[in-house]
Amino acid sequence: MRVVFKKSYDRDIDLHEHWLDRAKIAVLLAVMAALPFLVGNYYLAEAANTLIWALAGMGLMIAVGHTGQVSLGHAAFLAIGAYTDAGLMNAGMPFWIAFPVAGLAAGLFGAVIAIPAVRLSGIYLAIATLAVFVIVEELIIMLEPITGGVGGTMAPSISLMGISFDRYGALANFYWLVLGIVALVTWGYANLMRSPTGRSFLAVRDSEVSARSLGINVTRTKALAFGLSAGVTGLGGALMGHYIGFFNYELFSIFISINLLLVVTIGGLGFIQGAFLGAILITGMPQVIAILRDTVNASTGIDLASLPGIDTMMFSVLLIGFILFEPTGLYGRWLKIRTWFEIFPLARRDMFRRHKTYLKTERMR
Amino acid sequence: MSLLEVDDLAVHFGGVKAVDGVSFSVEEGEVFAIIGPNGAGKSTIFNLISRIYQPTHGTIRFDGQDITALKAHDIARLGIARTFQNIELFDHSTVLDNLLMGRHTHRATNFVQDILHLPSVRREERAHRRHVEEVIEFLELEAYREKRIEGLPYGVRKVIEIGRALAIGPRLILLDEPASGLSVEETQDVAFWIEDMRRDMGLTVLMVEHDMGLVAQVSDRVLAVANGRPLALGTAAEVQADRHVQAAYLGSPEAAA
Ligand SMILES: Nc1ncnc2c1ncn2[C@@H]1O[C@H](COP(=O)(O)OP(=O)(O)OP(=O)(O)O)[C@@H](O)[C@H]1O
Ligand SMILES: [Mg+2]
Repeated sequence: MRVVFKKSYDRDIDLHEHWLDRAKIAVLLAVMAALPFLVGNYYLAEAANTLIWALAGMGLMIAVGHTGQVSLGHAAFLAIGAYTDAGLMNAGMPFWIAFPVAGLAAGLFGAVIAIPAVRLSGIYLAIATLAVFVIVEELIIMLEPITGGVGGTMAPSISLMGISFDRYGALANFYWLVLGIVALVTWGYANLMRSPTGRSFLAVRDSEVSARSLGINVTRTKALAFGLSAGVTGLGGALMGHYIGFFNYELFSIFISINLLLVVTIGGLGFIQGAFLGAILITGMPQVIAILRDTVNASTGIDLASLPGIDTMMFSVLLIGFILFEPTGLYGRWLKIRTWFEIFPLARRDMFRRHKTYLKTERMR
Repeated sequence: MSLLEVDDLAVHFGGVKAVDGVSFSVEEGEVFAIIGPNGAGKSTIFNLISRIYQPTHGTIRFDGQDITALKAHDIARLGIARTFQNIELFDHSTVLDNLLMGRHTHRATNFVQDILHLPSVRREERAHRRHVEEVIEFLELEAYREKRIEGLPYGVRKVIEIGRALAIGPRLILLDEPASGLSVEETQDVAFWIEDMRRDMGLTVLMVEHDMGLVAQVSDRVLAVANGRPLALGTAAEVQADRHVQAAYLGSPEAAA
């Protein structure tokens, strides 16, 4: 077990209290940066895809995990990000302008729709965001001159200062670009969560009435959180557009919204790390299922490909399993395993028993 | 001029007159207690002062300013802090973070600065922590600093809530049944803290409490209410001796009316 002696408040404020944690992050980043030299193009593209999903997942995590606002409409913000970025670049703007503007557009849109929606919570908010998604989808089809309508549009190749970051022509560069953006956003997210703004998000999530009595403007806080959430997801959408290359409205279906919700719930609600674990799972699952399918086909001769919907079913089973047995998600499970090893052999069986949380009205008087 | 002046305050929920014509004023530096049987409307008075409920009638003035039209989130900035009868802490955060959330009204950075973690943000965080550490020391919460709220004993949570209110740096603190569910020793701690708040921090305390021992020990004046209406105002001994108050506690309806 590690004990951190704190000699100043700065130790508390730092992102990582212990040098070992900082070293681990550095090693992880180094390995990620070296990936183009370690794996082939197929897996490098998959890694980029996973990072993009993690980015979009971080966006949703701000709303669902840290502010308690469920959204079924985040595919809309992915779409706004992707179309804004592609539209501006097709109009001749460079990536370094189009990309932040895409995030800003998605973020502003998110903040604006959040203002009337903040009074809603839980399932009502989920339905309202779903309605927003439907409207955005219709708009995309209607705004044919910009979005290409049903036909779709192309995300131009990225080049910065004369260097190509083309997703196919210069995959390693594209991967590094994605990695850099994801690292930067993660850093900003971690900063946010150790600041007054992040604490106000958590306050609103856990007790609105308390938050108010501490001077937190709940409406503004929720709108800000939803705006930031939509903005980050919008950035993910812009990169997703480049990753896919050519896309139409069908890329941003309701299933993408649901998959994003899976990323944050399976990964671990309320943990930034959860977005990454969830993204690995979601982007890795289809590969695992494909391998399984081939194995089953080879060994038994049963062709599972003839059973449509098997992927969806496996996802659903996974989600229900997590909600029932591990509500803190993969990251929560990892924390428990780590604690078990750290304090070995002192772990007790009931150590992680979930404490009964009373409904506010049921609490003892 | 009194620090807090409540004038002819009333709130009706449909047919229920939860508070019905209550007036009182709390002087600066005073410990003022509100007592009354269950459902008398005590917590509702707190919710009216902290602007969670909109009064049907009457005014509330703090430091000469009419606060009846303000929003709930404007109240803390004026220097009014409160605790909740049923404990409303942020269960998934640590004790330290809960107390830091109490510093919200003192923040001067915006979210962009926060995301970039500019030097100004760190400077402010240090200042917030200094304040919060003083509260931790005052309430002897050192052992719980890094612990998450869920899983902490009831008595400790009650103290943390007082701490969070103190972190605001208020002039007036509203305590809704600070001793309910506490042991005799813990109640005695609360009594000492209330006296320290008044003496060392210059706070004005408005509290709702059922424990008459605690009320008699710390409060200067006591207001008894029943069925949303004021019954008696005076020292603890005077109010306890009041015929109407005794009748209200025994549950005689005509005497309480
Ligand atoms: N939001 C509300 N809607 C309807 N009725 C309410 C509401 N809030 C309070 N009441 C009613 O107002 C009355 C006073 O409630 P209040 O909580 O103020 O009592 P109290 O004096 O704090 O009692 P206790 O000692 O049990 O805490 C009760 O009859 C309660 O049911
Ligand atoms: Mg009450």
